[in-house]
Amino acid sequence: MKNNELETKSELQEESLLKSTVGRRGFLQYAGASAAALALVAAGCRKDRNYTNPVAGVTLDFKDDFGVLNYAYALEQLEAAFYIQVANSNPSGFTAAQKAYFQDVQFHEIAHREFFKKALSTAAIGSLEVNFSAVDFTSGASVLATAKTFEDLGVAAYNGAGVRLKDTGFLVIAGQIVSVEARHAAYVRDQISNGTFADLGTLTAFGAVDANGLDGALTPDKVLPLAAPFIKTKINVINL
Amino acid sequence: MNIINILDEIEKVDGEIYERLNPRRAAMKSFFNVGKKISLAALPLALGSMFQKAYGQSNPANVTEVLNFALALEHLEYNFYNRALLSTGLIPAGAATGAITTIRAHELAHVNLLKSAITGAGGTPIALTEANFDFTAGNTFGDVFTNYGTFLKVATAFEDTGVRAYKGQAPVLKGMPVLTTALQIHSVEARHASHLRQMTAAFLNVPLKPWVGLGANGVSNDTGVSQVDPVYARENNTIQANIEITGINGTAVTRAAAAESFDEFLTGAEVKQIANLFLRTGSKLT
Repeated sequence: MKNNELETKSELQEESLLKSTVGRRGFLQYAGASAAALALVAAGCRKDRNYTNPVAGVTLDFKDDFGVLNYAYALEQLEAAFYIQVANSNPSGFTAAQKAYFQDVQFHEIAHREFFKKALSTAAIGSLEVNFSAVDFTSGASVLATAKTFEDLGVAAYNGAGVRLKDTGFLVIAGQIVSVEARHAAYVRDQISNGTFADLGTLTAFGAVDANGLDGALTPDKVLPLAAPFIKTKINVINL
Repeated sequence: MNIINILDEIEKVDGEIYERLNPRRAAMKSFFNVGKKISLAALPLALGSMFQKAYGQSNPANVTEVLNFALALEHLEYNFYNRALLSTGLIPAGAATGAITTIRAHELAHVNLLKSAITGAGGTPIALTEANFDFTAGNTFGDVFTNYGTFLKVATAFEDTGVRAYKGQAPVLKGMPVLTTALQIHSVEARHASHLRQMTAAFLNVPLKPWVGLGANGVSNDTGVSQVDPVYARENNTIQANIEITGINGTAVTRAAAAESFDEFLTGAEVKQIANLFLRTGSKLT
């Protein structure tokens, strides 16, 4: 408790310090004019506000772009952890080609995860502890079904969060990632049943509209409960 | 301070003020509803925010332009797949015809959705029919509707172009509800691209992945079809927001994985140049 109190006090001090100058949001808008400046901005935030505390978990503060990027970072951590475990398992029925492509996907997700970690720098949330007890990694069917959920959900998450981004650079980066996730989703779906790559009628729960040819789009408050069973670490959400 | 008077004054110099505000009817309504509660001091701020919506970031002219640009590409894709499906003997029956039929349905849905969005915003949707297109691109792909391999190559290039085109226009739509719609179309195009790449790899027996990878010797075009080089410009990039992705944070992320893990955007000018290869004289995008 004492540590938490200290933490709170220190946060308040930091808050007032920032407000006394240009304000955190103003600072972000000024310095975060491009994604290239993200590392600089992150460095400017002197303390890790989104710290990981084993009991309290991590906090996604959606008041600014950092919250959205940390949200993406959390989802990429989940995906990367899943594909790493797939690569270390031997799912039944996986062909050599499937193993190779799942390894590709593994490194794409690691690249995304590490990009956010590096870009967010000290503003990044900590590492999440995952829970894949519902997944049978020895079963090709179980791995494919889980991968499908993660990829379709990831696409819907990026599609639904994009509108929250204020920085143009971050928005483009998010677009650069989501289309790769959609490529994964289509590939995984085709492995389950060829031709289901864009079966939008099965994605209505994720916000897809088949009649308009629209993919899923979900707001963070809809995505996080769906991801929660796979994440042990408590994720607190504020300012959503 | 009378808001209606202010609006009337503005109308004298901008006859479209109500039209500009109209798409924001909900915002206007809530504005008037809370109007009584807004203190005099806060009023200029509230007004400023309202006019920012009408004239600022969400400039309707720019948005309509972007939607029309997207509509032109969707017209191109829809007419292309429609002609292909009507070309007897081109696409094998079964899974291939099923997939192209699915994709055609999505492109038609996108055409209709964009048309109504543009009309709803007071714009005029660009009208393009099959007659406006030359899918052989001046005989570069002369057998596109008689040779299935050529068809797949062009289809893959169209889908990968579409993915990159939407990405490039996202900044204009930043923070607006229509951005979400555009993103929902964008990821469907990426799903199409992924599947067409698998179809192409299988039929032509080439090592094309569902995701855009490095070409031979690290070139940006991984399809091996040099005629579509402009579609893949910069796709071998491995630096995002000044961060080198290859080996990032000491991981084993290879240069190939780094290039694959982020799709790149195309500028509007780049996309128009590509689209114009398939548009007849007099119909080209400017």
